[in-house]
Amino acid sequence: MVKLEVYRSLGLSDTEYQRIEKLLKREPTPTELAMFSVEWSEHCGYGRSKPLLKKFPRTGKYPVLVGEDAGGIVVDGLAIIFKMESHNHPSQVEPREGAATGVGGIIRDIFTSGARPIASLNSLRFGPLSDPFNKYIFSGVVSGISSYGNCIGVPTVAGEIYFDDAYAGNCLVNAMSIGICDKKSIARARASGSGNAIIYAGSRTGKDGIGGCSVLASAEFKCADEEKRPTVQIGDPFTEKCLIEATLEALETGHVVGIKDMGAAGLTCSTSEMAHAGGVGMEIDLTKVPLREEGMEPFEIMMSESQERELLCVKAGKEEEILDIFREWGLEAVVIGRVTDGKILKIWHKGKVVVEIKTGDLAEAPMYDLPVKEPEYIKELRKLDLAKVKMPSDFNEVLHKLLASPNIANKSYVYEQYDHMVQTNTVVQPGSDAAVIRIKGKKKALAATTDCNGRYCYVNPHLGAMVAVAEAARNLVCVGADPAALTDCLNFGNPDKPERYWEFKNCVEGIISACKEFNIPVVSGNVSFYNESPKGPIYPTPTIGMIGILSDLKHATSASFKNKGDVIILLGENLEELGASEYMKVIHKKVKGDAPCMFPGREKAVQGACLKAIEKGLIKSAHDCSEGGLAVALAESCICGTKTIGAKVTLKDKFRPDALLFGETQSRIIVSCDPKSQKKVEAVAKKHKIPYQVIGKVGGERLKINDLIDIPVSIVFDNWKNAIPRMMEAA
Amino acid sequence: MRAGVIVFPGSNCDTDCYNVLNDVFGQKVKYIWHQERDLKSLDAVVLPGGFSYGDYLRTGAIARFSPVMESVVKFAGSGKLVIGICNGFQILLEAGLLPGAMLRNTGLHFICKYVNLRVENTKTPFTSSYKHGQVVRIPIAHNEGNYYADEKTLDELNKNKQIIFRYCDEKGRTTAESNPNGSLENIAGIVNEAGNVLGMMPHPERSSEKILGSEDGKQIFESMIKWVKKNG
Repeated sequence: MVKLEVYRSLGLSDTEYQRIEKLLKREPTPTELAMFSVEWSEHCGYGRSKPLLKKFPRTGKYPVLVGEDAGGIVVDGLAIIFKMESHNHPSQVEPREGAATGVGGIIRDIFTSGARPIASLNSLRFGPLSDPFNKYIFSGVVSGISSYGNCIGVPTVAGEIYFDDAYAGNCLVNAMSIGICDKKSIARARASGSGNAIIYAGSRTGKDGIGGCSVLASAEFKCADEEKRPTVQIGDPFTEKCLIEATLEALETGHVVGIKDMGAAGLTCSTSEMAHAGGVGMEIDLTKVPLREEGMEPFEIMMSESQERELLCVKAGKEEEILDIFREWGLEAVVIGRVTDGKILKIWHKGKVVVEIKTGDLAEAPMYDLPVKEPEYIKELRKLDLAKVKMPSDFNEVLHKLLASPNIANKSYVYEQYDHMVQTNTVVQPGSDAAVIRIKGKKKALAATTDCNGRYCYVNPHLGAMVAVAEAARNLVCVGADPAALTDCLNFGNPDKPERYWEFKNCVEGIISACKEFNIPVVSGNVSFYNESPKGPIYPTPTIGMIGILSDLKHATSASFKNKGDVIILLGENLEELGASEYMKVIHKKVKGDAPCMFPGREKAVQGACLKAIEKGLIKSAHDCSEGGLAVALAESCICGTKTIGAKVTLKDKFRPDALLFGETQSRIIVSCDPKSQKKVEAVAKKHKIPYQVIGKVGGERLKINDLIDIPVSIVFDNWKNAIPRMMEAA
Repeated sequence: MRAGVIVFPGSNCDTDCYNVLNDVFGQKVKYIWHQERDLKSLDAVVLPGGFSYGDYLRTGAIARFSPVMESVVKFAGSGKLVIGICNGFQILLEAGLLPGAMLRNTGLHFICKYVNLRVENTKTPFTSSYKHGQVVRIPIAHNEGNYYADEKTLDELNKNKQIIFRYCDEKGRTTAESNPNGSLENIAGIVNEAGNVLGMMPHPERSSEKILGSEDGKQIFESMIKWVKKNG
């Protein structure tokens, strides 16, 4: 009889264990039990999220590809494959390795799809930098991403970082990777053809990462989580770089039937899921798996999450040719088994059968229909009486404070640690609204961004998620791209708590409504639950990673003002809103009020007008208004270019000056153009039936807004540029 | 110019160098796998950036034992052009083709950004297209670019005008603030005594197309092509 403590320690519930016995009609062997525990964990089985995720729209402007491990779109015969994934818990326990292996894992999902990785992005959340422990997590994560990403030669081109108390006990590390290949070269994660070889390639299997997806990823943090360190994997980017090259070379031979990364749940996941997807069985001999140490138990081999490994199904008779390619790159590769008829996964170890199960059984993770409950605090949280918000006396001071808030301050401290230029395609670099990536030899180009304001999602999950999708699309438009498709990384607390599951459900529904409004499909994604610590749950954070297509690379536009005398035009309309804003948090120390309104029709029209004006060659800069509102967006356009430049702005709106300057009303873009183009830009705005205001001119060395703001841009720049380095240096 | 781009396991700027020479300059280029030894058909060899062998042990320390490096040493000895960029520079130091060594950046961080360089010597096969003292904008991307040499070596480098690029500000002043990595005397690139081997930390292949933000790196390849045409 399998002991209760044993399966519980593996993260299985009593009913789940009973289900296993029922499926097998006997007691599971220790290895089988371990395999069920990882495959049925939320991380692999998606038992708590799948019922909702099924509703994501899968069609859009471009043909959509949804594969086993990643998805994408097809543009002119070119497949653009992308996905975002979380590595939150490993990064909280061991920041550097946790983040590094997060990058490695998502990149493997891309190249095992047959696509060459061309760009990485990441979306990060930490506790406030005033706490040395958060500094340690932050700098460890950044150094992990830097050390791994730089070594493999994939540029890290964009991302976002927020700091908030909500992430103090549970950081978020969401890594996104984009790859491209000919549509015909896409590889599937399926095994087929009885007698074909199953090849193990890459690093040796060690005892690292055992239970990473079940024990670590699928449970809340309690305390003394140092004990969980052995569940974190250790990365080796050099091996990954060689694995990229060898894998793409192997796929070119045409002898590879299917391929799968060994990520979460390692060999368990890759063998069972490849067999199940192809409707076949497999016989595997664990004695042939290259090991880092002697005497590993079969369950350890099957559960290990050692990095830089993959499983291939190769045509019988072609094994040597494929093995040679890996050897040439200095990698180990061995035949560990064969495809069989029937749908049985049979695993041998030292001449004994240790596993014999139907592949379908492992794939049948129990689905849960979980209860939801609207949190009681939410109604009160959304109330904000502006009359009770004290009006600041000095708006220059407020602007300085906001620009120095690490959520708004310049992130070059981070992105300069990432190689964002390798592959020589980064046309719009980090620091603008989105990155623009050239596709060599093509007129069209790619843009990418990540977005999510967790605070908005906390006060209003449905609206907050809609805003995240809208803002990601708006960022892409600002660089000259047409928003095309998204991947999501859904970070939430414990779904077994009805309030948390309510947040999840509402965010997912918000994404769905926004996707339908903007005609954007969800092509891939990842769910990360249990992001809770003794300090409480994180803000619901459904990170959106979106890509867009530039019809012509020459339309690539950045956020910085370019020339003296250029006209500044605000597309969209200012509303008197301050709810859940950075201003309320930084200046009034409050998280209060509803998230900003979102009118999808207006949003689409503003984006449409901006993109049209860019494509007509009328626009010199375009920048979205987001955290910190209009004043911060104007300041950023003054200071985010290679040279700083001032601006003089007059706003005609007659309402509270703090809301006018710092309110975070959506669907607004600040553009600048040559005075000669002004009438044409106005004509485009009129044609799209959007409100707009000509608000000022670029030039001088000061930023002036009405009689509210008047400050030298050099000081603005210094404040904004050096805020994070100063906080990191402060003891 | 017939150029060869050496590919070590872990090189990651090999295709960038290949593309610049092939697409931007229309030169004949081929990749040379690190286990090959034949460089006979070439006029110039590029050791690209990256993390050869993961840069485990010490940057470039393992790559220098690759079979191809014996041929590169002979190739350099015969007076042909060798350019090492970033990791390529580190490998040239380890191989003894250039004097000195690399330490970790003083800030202990990897740094990827545009920097200004002052061209110190235009009488080399790599810099003849520049003007003396010209300030150029070329990006760096490294963790170990803090050049170090003993006093005697440094004196000789200065005396022989082997220092080719120095980090500087926009106006060409070699200040401490403009030195991104703590490099001795703001050194960003040096040549050997004969002048046919250049090692530099900044990446000219990343700044050879206007669309990428700078074309200031182009003249290095232009100078090489010119030199080969004349002397090759």
